[in-house]
Amino acid sequence: MGMSAANTLTLSFATAHNADFPRLGGKCASLARMIAAGVNVPAGYAVTTDAYALHLQNTGLTKKITDLIASINVDNIDDEERKSQEIRDAIIASPMPPRVEAEIRAAYAALSPNNDLPVAVRSSATAEDMPDASFAGQQDTYLWVVGADDVVTKVKACWASLFNARAISYRVKNQLGQIDVLMAVGVQKMINAAAAGVAMTLDPVTGDRTKIVIDSSFGLVEPVVSGEVTPDNFVVEKVLLEILKRQISDKDHELVADRAARKTVTRPIEFARRNLPSLTDAQIIAVARLAKSLERSFGCPQDVEWAIDADLPDGENLVALQSRPETVWSQKKNTAAKQSYSLGIEGVLGTLMAPIQTKS
Amino acid sequence: MNAHTKLNTTFPSPYDHKAPKGAEGWEKLYPYYLRFQDNLRAKEDAKFWFCDSQHWPSPFKPFDAVTVEFAVKCLGQYNTRHYLIPPANGVDYRIHNGYCYMSPVAVAPELIGARVPQFMERAGHYFQNWDSLLANWDKKVRANIADLEALKFEKLPEVVPLEWIKSGVGLDNTYGMMETYDRAIQLLYKTWQYHFEFLNLGYAAYLDFFGFLKGQFPTIPDQAIAKMVQGVDVDLFRPDDELKKLSKLAVKLDVAAALKTGSVEEALAAVEKLANGKQWLAAWKTAQDPWFNFTSGNGFYSNDKYWIEHLDIPLGYIRDYIVKVEKGVEINRPTAAIAKERDRITSEYAELLDADARAAFEGKLGLARTVFPYVENHNFYIEHWSMGVFWRKMRELSKILQEAGFWKNADDLFYLNRQEVRDALFDYGNSWAVGTDAIGPTYWPQEIDSRKTIMTALAREAPTPAYNAPPEVITEPFTIMLWGITTESVARWLNPDANKSKLKGMAASPGRVEGRARVIRSADELGSIQDGEILVAPITAPSWAPVFGKIKAIVTDIGGMMSHAAIVCREYGLPAVTGTGRASSLITTGMMLRVDGATGEVTILE
Repeated sequence: MGMSAANTLTLSFATAHNADFPRLGGKCASLARMIAAGVNVPAGYAVTTDAYALHLQNTGLTKKITDLIASINVDNIDDEERKSQEIRDAIIASPMPPRVEAEIRAAYAALSPNNDLPVAVRSSATAEDMPDASFAGQQDTYLWVVGADDVVTKVKACWASLFNARAISYRVKNQLGQIDVLMAVGVQKMINAAAAGVAMTLDPVTGDRTKIVIDSSFGLVEPVVSGEVTPDNFVVEKVLLEILKRQISDKDHELVADRAARKTVTRPIEFARRNLPSLTDAQIIAVARLAKSLERSFGCPQDVEWAIDADLPDGENLVALQSRPETVWSQKKNTAAKQSYSLGIEGVLGTLMAPIQTKS
Repeated sequence: MNAHTKLNTTFPSPYDHKAPKGAEGWEKLYPYYLRFQDNLRAKEDAKFWFCDSQHWPSPFKPFDAVTVEFAVKCLGQYNTRHYLIPPANGVDYRIHNGYCYMSPVAVAPELIGARVPQFMERAGHYFQNWDSLLANWDKKVRANIADLEALKFEKLPEVVPLEWIKSGVGLDNTYGMMETYDRAIQLLYKTWQYHFEFLNLGYAAYLDFFGFLKGQFPTIPDQAIAKMVQGVDVDLFRPDDELKKLSKLAVKLDVAAALKTGSVEEALAAVEKLANGKQWLAAWKTAQDPWFNFTSGNGFYSNDKYWIEHLDIPLGYIRDYIVKVEKGVEINRPTAAIAKERDRITSEYAELLDADARAAFEGKLGLARTVFPYVENHNFYIEHWSMGVFWRKMRELSKILQEAGFWKNADDLFYLNRQEVRDALFDYGNSWAVGTDAIGPTYWPQEIDSRKTIMTALAREAPTPAYNAPPEVITEPFTIMLWGITTESVARWLNPDANKSKLKGMAASPGRVEGRARVIRSADELGSIQDGEILVAPITAPSWAPVFGKIKAIVTDIGGMMSHAAIVCREYGLPAVTGTGRASSLITTGMMLRVDGATGEVTILE
């Protein structure tokens, strides 16, 4: 991995520096930042945007893609879908530059000397961390990928997903260049999650920054993110780190690792477990602390994906999967009229004259 | 509560709430101006009255009513006549069936404006000169305590001293006795005037800070705000700190074993025989003045036990602490950690504010922190120290009249009201002067017996939480802060939840624990508490702190965020839910509970 900075094809999350972040894409940069902030993140590496750029360049695909996109009739969904498929097929069919492939394999070998570690292979586009572009989740993620051969295949699949029809129209609508958007790919140790979920460092309903709101369910995080399950919902007071609300939901299925089949499977949750809390109180507080420290490190409200690794002992089994700036409330301009506050006895007088009401 | 159940919207009228069986005629125990008078029914029924069972959880003896009238009258005077709090006069109060009921008095809207400039000048002077005025308060209160301590009641002699004859004094011994009694009452009156000199303003400044934060963070827990202003070195906690010091010293000086057994006298005698015994006894003696002027009650009752007169109480706590010290348990309050936590909480909330709000926050926090030590500390100087000396002097007087045949038991004086005590004293002096028998010994014993019967009957019935129709919304800040009475709590009293396994109260001090309940109705039962239990009580006093090391959490029927119990629990880091209304009647000792001090929920698990 020790390539020159100008031509770095893979980078481990743990050793990436600030200067490297632009070539990691949003998701991978966020993982590297989390590690730099002292947070526990599953081990892994990024296949940088340099690798993607080199691939396009070596295969001469740039022109083909540009021409195909230019020919799309944006009002014709079938046309768009067909051409999108053509681009993706072309990317997948084109051979990877040997240097890129060698580096991906070497980095995977460093993670898994026996070539058997299950990893998640995730898209990490460069536009993803733009706070006003809800871009995340438009590209593919492949879970439970095992062995260097499959990693290489899935990296290419991720690159291809940059040109799915949805992403193309999104860029058209938001006037983002089609070919300027670059793609890094994260290759990260698969978590055998006992529970996972999302933590927001503000109340998404009210924007209240004194709360941390956690959605959590059994198994891997994806069903929570996609809304396939109704997760448990916990509200933690951010400063006191006290649990204010525990709403336990009926969680009927979970996404878990099937080790024998080397894949993830969705399975029904046995009846006795469905209505149990997916986190203990200690774990709720640990998740809240994690989210709070990420908000502090990144200087703004965060939306954090996390998991409890079933293979690690209590106390070190909480890992952060992703941390993004919260996009809804952070965009809201403070439209409230500028308030003036009276101090000292004027303030006391004001309080006495306009009695407050407390909540019991 | 199903939809078909009709909701109660009003409490009964006190006029329809008759005396409990056996308590008929209770009215004679208390002065006319403290009772609901029949001819004023329409006027009295137009007001909402809530029970102050926080300060007076059980019916009080006729003499003890002096604490109600002096305390609540003096509270009122500062709002109404000293500082002219623009919208609020005092709190009106009545006694009914042995309990005290309160009704805050609002200022007529058209009169509020004119009071503002006066409030600004008067209260402003106190806020601006808080520290120097408070230093002066400290002097005044200590002088007042010294004056109380100097009072001396003596049995009347056979004859007026010869030297009084020779120096032409021209007065007899009854004159001084009456004067001393009147002076005791006056000094008590002064005690309660001083009590409120700073308190209302202290709470008002705290409320301003509180209201500001609620405006910025509508769901911020009350306890978080309280934690930002709480003191670390607080005089109220000194008595307990002294016991801890004495316990450590006992282990260090190797006198712990001798302290562990026997009565107080036996244990102290055993210590004295040891090599380092004198050194420990000197420390024990030094700690007593003033820190053993501390009661396991709340200071409002003549039968409150003060450590200085019941050394078995502090010694019992010391014995518990010694066991912990010997096991290597750190018993000191973690003051450094408390201070650090206070600063962390304060700065983390501050960071969430914009620049303007942050400047206001700093200003208001500064004022709240200036005033708050008084809110915490006055309790030691007034309820504990001053009241302890006062009750002791009254017991000395009671004993003299008991010996003169006025009553059977040493403390029977407290079944007379304060005016009647003056009558009895005059009776005693009168018969002494005339050279005849006093009437009291033939009058008071049976009267006292009758009053005891009434008191017993009154105590059998729990107070009604309130009388008459409540206001739609309770906004009066002192009512909410001090008594924990909110729109929600009144609604709960009116229509108690049918769910008997879940109780809701004030989230007074954070933490979530499970444990066995121990229901305690008075300080005398504190000894029954076992390690790891959850204390359930109608109300707790700050002086119960020495058992806080044993228990996991506290649940009370009564009390707000700023009740003394809540303050102490936060200081000791003990989860607490206050103001549940009915925990001590619904929960029995041995039940498994879950207490959540962050949400204010108590669940009966089995």
